[in-house]
Amino acid sequence: MTTAAPKHKPKMAELSLGQRLAPWMPVLLVPVLVALGAIAIPQTSSWLTLTVSGLAMGMMIFIMASGLTLVFGLMDVINFGHGAFVSIGAFVGVSVLLVLGQMSGAPSLGLNLIALLLAVIGAMAATGAVGWAFEKVIVMPVYGHHLKQILVTMGGLIVVEQLIVVLWGPEEIYITRPESLKGAITFAGAALEKYRLVAVVVGLIVFAAMRFVLRRTKIGLIVRAGVQNGEMVEALGYRLRRVFVGVFIAGSALAGLGGVMWGLYQEVITAHMGNDAMILIFIVVIIGGLGSVEGCFIGALLVGLLQNYVAYIEPKAALISNIALMVLILMWRPMGMIPVVKAK
Amino acid sequence: MSDPILTLEGVYTNIAQYHILQGVDLQVPRGAVTMLLGRNGVGKTTTLRTVIGHWRAHKGRILFDGEDITALPTPAIARAGLGFVPEDMGIFSDLTVEENMVLAAVSGPIDSARLDWIFSAFPPLKTFWKSEAGNLSGGQKQMLSIARAMVEERKLYLIDEPTKGLAPAIVSTMARALKDLKEQGASILLVEQNFAVARALGDTANVMDDGRMIWSGAMAELSNNAELQEKLMGLSLDAHH
Repeated sequence: MTTAAPKHKPKMAELSLGQRLAPWMPVLLVPVLVALGAIAIPQTSSWLTLTVSGLAMGMMIFIMASGLTLVFGLMDVINFGHGAFVSIGAFVGVSVLLVLGQMSGAPSLGLNLIALLLAVIGAMAATGAVGWAFEKVIVMPVYGHHLKQILVTMGGLIVVEQLIVVLWGPEEIYITRPESLKGAITFAGAALEKYRLVAVVVGLIVFAAMRFVLRRTKIGLIVRAGVQNGEMVEALGYRLRRVFVGVFIAGSALAGLGGVMWGLYQEVITAHMGNDAMILIFIVVIIGGLGSVEGCFIGALLVGLLQNYVAYIEPKAALISNIALMVLILMWRPMGMIPVVKAK
Repeated sequence: MSDPILTLEGVYTNIAQYHILQGVDLQVPRGAVTMLLGRNGVGKTTTLRTVIGHWRAHKGRILFDGEDITALPTPAIARAGLGFVPEDMGIFSDLTVEENMVLAAVSGPIDSARLDWIFSAFPPLKTFWKSEAGNLSGGQKQMLSIARAMVEERKLYLIDEPTKGLAPAIVSTMARALKDLKEQGASILLVEQNFAVARALGDTANVMDDGRMIWSGAMAELSNNAELQEKLMGLSLDAHH
């Protein structure tokens, strides 16, 4: 092979400090919000409790929302039925925990974690399977038609909610957490619920795993590329449709995991709990940037923290605080904090 | 022509209500550069996109290496041995140059000798190997787009206007790289508006107008006949020099 090109000495552009900081601005928002929380809430113990609570809530919202953002980014599918997987996950997971009542209620961290793990596996397997069927029956016929997607996936959500009512009854089910995850530990004078700490750890593990898959594996490359330009990915020889089905199933399974955790967090589950969570999930997906897992993660932390801080300072304002956050972020970055560059 | 690598027989393609291709016949010989010429909007890009399967032929037949690919999905067509460089380059902006290339190497890790050759043809790609592709200049993006097709040996390269909007120095780099590819015996179907490049690279030429092929022959015959150029494309190639 011959050398073809002339010598080429490209110069790197000199970036200003502002330009260099710009990509990190969304990441900096989380510590900024935590610092603002510390200023607004003078008692350190209350601030610490609220911060852990906010982080835990954010992690659970991230787990529930991460699949939705990838599904939207990859195939431009608006899935209003995503909340159904949250509800199914919660009911299946709790049912497994009830069956394993002895393990769950035993004063043994090991047995409790095994019970929880089995509940999570059951929930993720069930929601993954339902997600596969949901994609085949409900989503596939409406590719490329946003209005139809909204209508048909909302219809799917209603059907699933009613199926839950048929199977588990119309009443809300109150649940108790596994024995070892009840109560709180005291740190720096603040009571930190054990379960919330577990939620933070699980959220970090899920985020790290997703980052690893998306950044370090070929399938992750295909997904990231597919979010930007699916047509070109197919022109390279990859069957994006199969990848999408895989992402849909994984996203549904993650929503199921989020459902179990959300149910145990609230200690009550209802058929419409997924639908209720969809407002927060959509806010997170939108402010994060459609298709961006990192944006979704940061958005979820911001929503969780803000909700907890505001609920403490002015409970009546908690509901609108996240809407206000969304408005402000979209005024700052209309495509979300970490927008994915889509092919035109 | 004996055993062409690609044959289009009476291909019709509609996009919404528009009838873009109206019975395109084309033969692309093996181991040669086939130019697809014509004015803007006559269906050159649509022809390439129909071959790769982005748009479906409503009528007619497309044979690639003896196999009917008319109804195959795009990934299957690509895996049959087609490398595609679209007009908009199709770069994955959020991925690094390296990730773009790794993704394009469908059958496994990138062959190091081939990568060295690509770096020698397009040195900026080595310089910016770990940089996000979205930060590259227009010319560098085009280099990446072509390099991505070249990263593995393909039976046929479909390249859509690789010199469009580029500075003359970069156009020369592109032309040299494509000439390199040609000298290795590659089969190329090239849409090109830069007639100097077309004349330098093309073995055969096909001229389109209004969704049909109106002339096919040797590139030398077309480039040496100003009257024919005027008749087919409404201008003379020499008018560009």
